[in-house]
Amino acid sequence: MDGKIISIQVAIIGGGPAGIEAASILSRYGVQVSLFEGESKWAHNIGNKFKLFPDFSSADELVQTLSQKIVENQIPAYLSTKIVALEKQKNAWVLTDEQGRSYVADTVLLATGYDIFDAKRKEELGYGIYNGVMTSVDLEAMLKTGKITNVLGEQPQCVTFLQCVGSRDEKIGNHYCSKVCCVTAVKQAIEVKKMSPQTDVFVFYMDLRMWGQGFEELYREAQEKYSIRFVRGRISEAASTFDDRVQIKAEDTLVGQPLKMSTDLLVLMVGMEASCGTKKLAACCGIDGEYGFALSKQPHLADNQTAQRGLFVAGACKRPMSISDAINDARAAATEIVEYLKIVPANKK
Amino acid sequence: MDFGFTISKPRSIEPTEAGKEQLRLLEEQVPTFRRCMNCGGCTATCSAGHFINFNIRKVHNLYRWGQYKELDEELQKCMLCGKCTLVCPRGVNLRSLIIHLRKALNKDHLSNDFQHFIRNNNR
Amino acid sequence: MSSYFHPFILPFCIGTLVLFVIIAVKFYRWITTLDRKQKKNVWMSLLTVRVFPALWRIVKEIVKEVLLHVNITRYNWRMGYMHRSIALGWFLLIVTGFVETLFHFRGGGHLPWLGIFFRFFVRDYTYGISRVWADVMDLLLLYVLSGVSIAIFKSIYSRVVGIRKNTKLRWFDICLRYSLWLIFPMRLLSESCTAALTGNGGFLTQGIGDMLPTEFAQVMEVPFWTAYSTCLCVFFVLFPFSRYMHIFTEPLLIVFRSLGVRESSQPTGYTRMELNACSRCGICIDGCPLDKELKINDIQGVYLLRDVRHGLPHRNATENCLMCDQCVVDCPVGIEITEIRKQERNKGALDTHDNYRFLDSIQSFNAIGRIAYFGGCMSHLTPGVTESMKKIFDAVGQKYWMMDEDKTICCGRPLLQQGFIAQAAELRRKNAHLIVESHAQYLVTSCPICYQSFKKEYNLPIKVIHHTEYLAALIRLGKLKPHKTGLKVAYHDPCELGRGCNIYDEPREVLQAVAELARVQKEREHSICCGHSLGNTALDVEKQDKVRDAALRNLKADHPDLIATACPMCKKAFQRDRYTTVKDIAELIAEQL
Ligand SMILES: Cc1cc2nc3c(=O)[nH]c(=O)nc-3n(C[C@H](O)[C@H](O)[C@H](O)COP(=O)(O)OP(=O)(O)OC[C@H]3O[C@@H](n4cnc5c(N)ncnc54)[C@H](O)[C@@H]3O)c2cc1C
Ligand code: SF4
Ligand code: SF4
Ligand code: SF4
Ligand code: SF4
Ligand code: SF4
Repeated sequence: MDGKIISIQVAIIGGGPAGIEAASILSRYGVQVSLFEGESKWAHNIGNKFKLFPDFSSADELVQTLSQKIVENQIPAYLSTKIVALEKQKNAWVLTDEQGRSYVADTVLLATGYDIFDAKRKEELGYGIYNGVMTSVDLEAMLKTGKITNVLGEQPQCVTFLQCVGSRDEKIGNHYCSKVCCVTAVKQAIEVKKMSPQTDVFVFYMDLRMWGQGFEELYREAQEKYSIRFVRGRISEAASTFDDRVQIKAEDTLVGQPLKMSTDLLVLMVGMEASCGTKKLAACCGIDGEYGFALSKQPHLADNQTAQRGLFVAGACKRPMSISDAINDARAAATEIVEYLKIVPANKK
Repeated sequence: MDFGFTISKPRSIEPTEAGKEQLRLLEEQVPTFRRCMNCGGCTATCSAGHFINFNIRKVHNLYRWGQYKELDEELQKCMLCGKCTLVCPRGVNLRSLIIHLRKALNKDHLSNDFQHFIRNNNR
Repeated sequence: MSSYFHPFILPFCIGTLVLFVIIAVKFYRWITTLDRKQKKNVWMSLLTVRVFPALWRIVKEIVKEVLLHVNITRYNWRMGYMHRSIALGWFLLIVTGFVETLFHFRGGGHLPWLGIFFRFFVRDYTYGISRVWADVMDLLLLYVLSGVSIAIFKSIYSRVVGIRKNTKLRWFDICLRYSLWLIFPMRLLSESCTAALTGNGGFLTQGIGDMLPTEFAQVMEVPFWTAYSTCLCVFFVLFPFSRYMHIFTEPLLIVFRSLGVRESSQPTGYTRMELNACSRCGICIDGCPLDKELKINDIQGVYLLRDVRHGLPHRNATENCLMCDQCVVDCPVGIEITEIRKQERNKGALDTHDNYRFLDSIQSFNAIGRIAYFGGCMSHLTPGVTESMKKIFDAVGQKYWMMDEDKTICCGRPLLQQGFIAQAAELRRKNAHLIVESHAQYLVTSCPICYQSFKKEYNLPIKVIHHTEYLAALIRLGKLKPHKTGLKVAYHDPCELGRGCNIYDEPREVLQAVAELARVQKEREHSICCGHSLGNTALDVEKQDKVRDAALRNLKADHPDLIATACPMCKKAFQRDRYTTVKDIAELIAEQL
C-alpha cells in the first residue's frame, strides 16, 4: 500500500471488448474514465483467437483497433491491475487491486467477462490425459501457426469437434448454453478444411444453434462446400489408441446406433463460465446471479443497471455473448452511465 | 406370428390414451425422465452396448411412444452398472428408470388389461 | 409349604411360563430354519478345534454386550449406563435373589418364585448376615432404578443420552415400556411396605418403610405385591412380541455368529434372530447421512428391521438407502443391516436368467506371470486413474493385462445391491471365467465396488488387491520412490473400501509418501458417503449432491490443497463441484514418479 488514493469519476473494470468500447464512448462524451485490466494485454480473450465469426475477420486486428481507441481517447488505463475487491462507501465505490492500491470512483462499470471452461473437469473426455485431445482455444493457437497437425506433427486424417463441453451439462453444474461455441465449431471446422482439405471433419452436436445473422449460411456452406459431417450425438468417453490417436464413443442418435471411431484430434468446444473476477466482484457487492455471472436489474429495460446504485454491468460478465453483442451492450451501458451522471450531482448537493 | 414387415399393420406410431397413461405413471415414479434431451450419451457409454447392439436411449423412447414389444427382453441386457446415469447431461436417474421400466413391462407385474393392450396395440 | 404361597404370585408364574414356552418355540423355529450353508458352518465350528475360540468369543461377547453394553457405552456413556444399569442390574437382582434364597433355605428344595418375592414370605429375616443381603439387594434395586429414571427422562428429552432423535415406537411397545418402567418402582413399594411391617428391609426399603404409616402398609402390602407380580406378568407375556425380545435374542445371535453364521442372500432363521436382536436403540439413525442431510427419517436400520420383523410395508425403507454401511459399523449389536436390506430388495420375477449370453464369446488372455488389472465400468469415465496405473506398472516393470481396456463386464455388485441375484451371479461367472483362464497371479482393481465384489462375492483362486494396497506394497518394498510434494491433501475414505473392506491405512501410507495429510474430523469408519453411491437408485442427483456437500464440508475444514480418494465413483461425485479439486491416489503417485 502506498497510501495514495486515486479519485476517478467512472472506473471500468475489465479491458475486453466491452470494457474498452464503453471507456472510449464515455470519454468521447467528456466523462473522466479509468480502465483496469488484470492481464498484461488488452482483450486477451480475443487475442488468443485466429479469425472471428461470422466474417473470418482477424482477431489480432480487432484487438489492435480496440487498443487504438484507448490511445486516441487518452484514457487513463491500467494493465496488469487486477481488481480484487469492490466496496461501496457512502456515495463512492472503493476498488482495491492485487498490489493493495485503492481507487475511489463515483460510478463503476463491471465488464469482467468470462473464462473458458476448464476441460480437465470433464475427465472422461481425456483433456490433459491424451495428447490428441485439445480445446477450441488450443485449436485457435494452432490455426495461428497456419498449419494443422496431429500429435506426430503430420497432417491429420480426421478431426472431430464436440459441442457443449462444460455447457448444458448438469454434471458440472452449468445448465446454460454458451451461445458462441456452435458457430465457432462451424467456423473452426471450415478453417481446418481450408488448411487441410484432405482431412475428414466431424462435428458432434446435441443441437446446432445458428442464431445470428449469417450463421445458418455458414453451416450450410460447411456442409455443401467443405463436406463437413454433422453428427447428432454426444461423445461420452474418449480413450487413446495404440498409435496415439483418440478413440471416441458416441451415438448417432438419428440412426439410433452406437458409434466407435478414432480420430487424430478431438477438439472440445469449451463453453464460457463467469470469469474469476466476475464471480468475485459480483459476489463482493451482492449482484451475483446464477453460475456466478453478474446479475442485471431487469432483462429488458434495465439490463445494464444492477441492484446497486452507481454500479453498472456490460458484456460477457452477465451471460455468454458474442463480440458484437458485448460491444453493443457496452454502448448501451455507456448511455445509461451518462444519464446517471446527469442526475447524481444534483442528488449529491 | 410376427413377420416384422406385415402390410396389414400400420408402420407409423400411433399414440394411444393408454400409452400416455403408462408414460404418466412412469414419469411420476422417475420425474427426471422428463428432462431427457435425447443426446445419446447414455447409449454411447453403455457397458452392455459395448458388447452388443443395445440402445438404452431407444428403449426409453419406444416406451414413451407406447411401443412396448420386446422392450423387456431388450432391457435384460443391462448390467445396471450406472455409467449411463453418470454421464447424462440432464441428470436423468437412468438406473431408477431402468428398474421401473422393467417393473412396468414385466409380465408378472402387469395387469391383465395392460397385457391385453400390449398384444393388440403393438406390431 | 403353604406359608410360601399367596395368590398374588400367580400372574408372575403364568407370565414366566408363557414367556419361556414362546421363546423356546421361537428359538427352535429360528435354529431349524437356518439354511444349509449356515448349518454347515455351525457344525464345522462345533465339531472341529474351532469350537474353543468360538466358545471364548461367545462368553466374551455376552458379558461385554448383553450385560456390560460396551459398544453402546463407547458410543455414548450415558446411554451405555442406562442400558447397563437395567440389564446388568436386573440380572444381578435375579441371581442375588436366587443365591439369597439358596443361602436361607440351606440349599435346594425351595419354591421357584421365592427368590422374587423373598421379602414377603421370609418376614423374620432380620438378624445378622441377612442385613447385608438386604442392603445388597437394595443397592441393586437402586442401580436399576437409576437406569429406569434415565430411560424415562430420555423419552422426554433425548439429548441426555446424546441421541438426536428418539426412535419412533409402536403403541404396543409403548405399553410394554410402561410396564417395564413400573416393575421396579412397584418392587420398591412392595418391599418397603413389608419392611414397614416386619423390619426386614435394607437401607433403602427400610428407610422408606419407616416413613410409611403402619395402617397404610397393612392395607397396601398385598395390593402392591400383586401389582408388582402383574407388571411382571404383562411384561413377560408381551415381551416376545416386542422390541424387548432383543434381551433374549442377542445372546442367541452372539452364539450363532460366533459359530460362523452370516446372512445369506435369502432370509433365514438367522435373519429372524438379527431382526429380533435389534433393541431399537436408534444409534443407527444418528450417523445416517440421509437423516442428517435430507431429513429422510423412515429408512434407517431400526425402521427397516422393525417393519420387516412385523411384516409392515417398507418399500421406501428398502430402496432409499445409500448402502454406505455407516449404520452397520455403528450398530452396537452388529446387525448386518445392509445384507437384510439386500434380501428385501430381491427383485423376484424381474431377476431373470441367461441375460448375458452375448458375453460368452469374450476371450481370455494368457496372463501367466502377469497381474490382471481390472479398472471397472466407472474407470472408463476416469481415465486419469487407469492411465496413472498403467504408468506405474510400466515404471516398476510390472507386466500386466488390463482385462477391461476397451469394455468392461460389470462385476455384478450393482445388480446384487439392487436385488438382482441371478443376474449378478451370471456376470460373476463370466468375469471369474476370464480371470481363471488367464492364469494371472494377482488381480488388481481400481474400483472399490469391484474390489469388494471380487473379494467377497467371487471366491477367486487368486489374491485380489486394491490399487492402494498395491501402491503401499511397492512403496514399502522400495520399488516406488515418489517425490514428496508440499501439498496438503485430505483423504476421503470411500464407503466400499473403508467400511466395506476395512482398508484405511494403506491409502494414508501411500499419500504420506507424496504429501502431507490434512486433518479430517470424520474419517475412517466415520467418513461421510459421497452421496452418489451405486447402492441407491431412489435419490435424484440434486439430493445426492446435498450428501456430497456434507462430505466436502467435512473434508475441507482444514483447508487442504486438494482432496484425494481411491474410488472412481467418489471422484466423479466430487468433480461435480466446481470449487473442488479431487485426484485419485494413483494419479498423485504417477505425477511424482
Ligand atoms: C472459443 C471462443 C471463440 C470465440 N470466438 C468468437 C468469435 O469468433 N466472434 C465473436 O463475436 N465472439 C467470439 N467469442 C466470444 C467473445 O470472446 C466474447 O464475446 C467477448 O470476449 C466478450 O467480451 P467482454 O469484454 O464482455 O469479456 P472479455 O473478453 O472476457 O473481457 C473481460 C476482461 O476483463 C478482465 N478481467 C476479469 N476480471 C478482472 C479483474 N478482477 N480485474 C481486472 N480485469 C479483469 C479479463 O482479463 C478480460 O480481459 C468466442 C468465445 C470463445 C469462448
Ligand atoms: S452454443 Fe452450441 S455448443 Fe455451445 S453450449 Fe450452446 S448448444 Fe452447446
Ligand atoms: S444421456 Fe440423458 S439426456 Fe442423453 S439421451 Fe440419455 S437419458 Fe437422455
Ligand atoms: S446401467 Fe445398463 S444401460 Fe446404463 S450403462 Fe450400465 S449397462 Fe448400460
Ligand atoms: S439396528 Fe442396531 S443401531 Fe439400529 S436400533 Fe437396532 S440395535 Fe440399534
Ligand atoms: S447404509 Fe447409510 S444411508 Fe443406508 S441407512 Fe445406513 S447409514 Fe443410512
